[in-house]
Amino acid sequence: MGDKIFIDGNEAIARGAIAAKCQLYAGYPITPQSEIGEFMSGEFPKLGKVFIQAEDEIAAIFMVEGASVAGDRAMTSTSSLGFSLMSEGISHMSSAEMPGVVVNVMRLGPGAGTIQEGQTDYRQATKGGGHGGYRCIVLAPCSVQECFDLTQLAFYLADKYRMPVVLLSSYLIGHMAEGVELSTKDCGPLPEKDYILTGTANRSDHVRRIGGLSAFGMRSPGVHESITKRLLGYKEKHQRIAESEIRYDSYQADDAQLLVVAFGSTSRMAKEAVRLARIEGIKAGLLRPITLWPFPGKAIKEAALRAGKVLVVEDNNGQMLEDVECAIQGHVAVRFLGIEGRNIETASGLIHPERIVQEMKSIL
Amino acid sequence: MSQGLDNKKKVIGKPPNIVPPGVTGFCPGCHYGIFTRVALEVIDELGIAGRTIHDSGGGCYGGAMLLYPTDNCHGAHGPDLALATAIKRLHPDLIVWCQLGDGAALSIGLSHFVHTFLREEQLTLILLNNLCYGQTGGQMAPTTPLGMVTTTTPGGRDRKLHGLNIHTAEFVAQFEGCVYSARGALDTPAHYEQAKKMITTAFQKQIAGVNGTSFVEILTACPTNWGMKPVDSLNFMKEKMIPEYPLGEFKNVDLI
Repeated sequence: MGDKIFIDGNEAIARGAIAAKCQLYAGYPITPQSEIGEFMSGEFPKLGKVFIQAEDEIAAIFMVEGASVAGDRAMTSTSSLGFSLMSEGISHMSSAEMPGVVVNVMRLGPGAGTIQEGQTDYRQATKGGGHGGYRCIVLAPCSVQECFDLTQLAFYLADKYRMPVVLLSSYLIGHMAEGVELSTKDCGPLPEKDYILTGTANRSDHVRRIGGLSAFGMRSPGVHESITKRLLGYKEKHQRIAESEIRYDSYQADDAQLLVVAFGSTSRMAKEAVRLARIEGIKAGLLRPITLWPFPGKAIKEAALRAGKVLVVEDNNGQMLEDVECAIQGHVAVRFLGIEGRNIETASGLIHPERIVQEMKSIL
Repeated sequence: MSQGLDNKKKVIGKPPNIVPPGVTGFCPGCHYGIFTRVALEVIDELGIAGRTIHDSGGGCYGGAMLLYPTDNCHGAHGPDLALATAIKRLHPDLIVWCQLGDGAALSIGLSHFVHTFLREEQLTLILLNNLCYGQTGGQMAPTTPLGMVTTTTPGGRDRKLHGLNIHTAEFVAQFEGCVYSARGALDTPAHYEQAKKMITTAFQKQIAGVNGTSFVEILTACPTNWGMKPVDSLNFMKEKMIPEYPLGEFKNVDLI
């Protein structure tokens, strides 16, 4: 079996990429994820892989697309504002249906934000973020082990659906060290990449072109492609993903009379809160979405109907809350605990388990 | 009389063996179609069509991807250089070249453009300089010379209002990572042949594995946005454009 080592979440993501046979890493340093690029800069050359410190995040994401165009797995990582800069590239990749893994180790707040813990990029990651109505699969690790495992899964899903996949980590997950078993995952078979550019001499079929809508639709005598068909193709793909790729985890949720919904770092606090509440006789349970898109709305609705009461906890002003309310459709009252639940008012603030238990008691 | 005409039917070149799959969508008098032809001649004569990747971004040349019977991709406006960088780094045997416009290379993509040379990426970059942003309707470009009227410099480019224009071939020649820099034009048959030699040399650097980036700037006419008849645009090139942007080689080294 694989070795178990003590590393932080950022390094686990880097190691997960290597386990997934990522061939190119491009990135621009930004706190709190610079450790990923630093690790890659040392390891990738030794493994015969390509590491590029890009001139900015825009270049980094397009280097990822370039690797995908040539058929190689690639990843970039950034934090919040850097992710905004990458949005153009992620949109381009979505349009051209190019795979790639984009890691966002979140900070808190808009603009430059803080450089510490926050979950304020949920909406940006799950609703597209950039222009044009695209979607990305979004995976949210809550432990260092999941950083390693979900990074590998991200590469698999990116290739399976030919799209960018976002790994939404955060400061706390990135800088928290835990024991990790480094076992390479076999996620399943993948179709042959029959779209990649290799040069026409290296194969028997005709010229291949990779581009987005405008490249094919505008002026292409005899080579017209239906824009409508292509846009509906995205929709069909999104539907297939929504039907088959939902992942979530639960803790003590079966007999719960109060369902807590939380993701990523905050779900760790919520899990501890559920444990503490149970000691006090409060029948609480946790449902933790692992895929933030596709969102496990059906599972949340069923669990919410069983419990009768719902508490959403996020380190923001209520973003996943909208998806939970949409899923429950008013059948059960939903309470929210966000930024107001932080223990201190500085950037180092966190929503501690005790505060979540206090919120539970105010509902019951 | 007819004999005199026949004497002029001297064949001075032959079509390349690889040809565009369709007709071009370029405006009458535009040189982009001529550029496509010269690029295909070079790729054909160097025997690299089977391992060539053409990369372009937004702009009038964006649709050019459909004209190249080689593998090609259409990146974004500016960072398509980053895309090409990744392909070449991962697959050094491929010949990767980028077709750029004034905006992609010199404005929105300037950072990517400069860093491509600084990292000594083994790419061949061709800039088509038509003094304006053609596809969006002839607005000022970084290459628009002082005094020139465009749709965003209605009183002519004013140094105080709009800043100065850039001379790209001279600019990149100063980078150690630049192994070839030249400026050609496509307004006359003689210039066509000169430009073809420059483009050929730029590709040969990459084929030989010379450690650095090769660059050619090609002056092209944009009669539509210059508000001129095609023939007048040729006179403009001769009298105004080429004196502002002199033709020739600015760098040619074989550092391996």
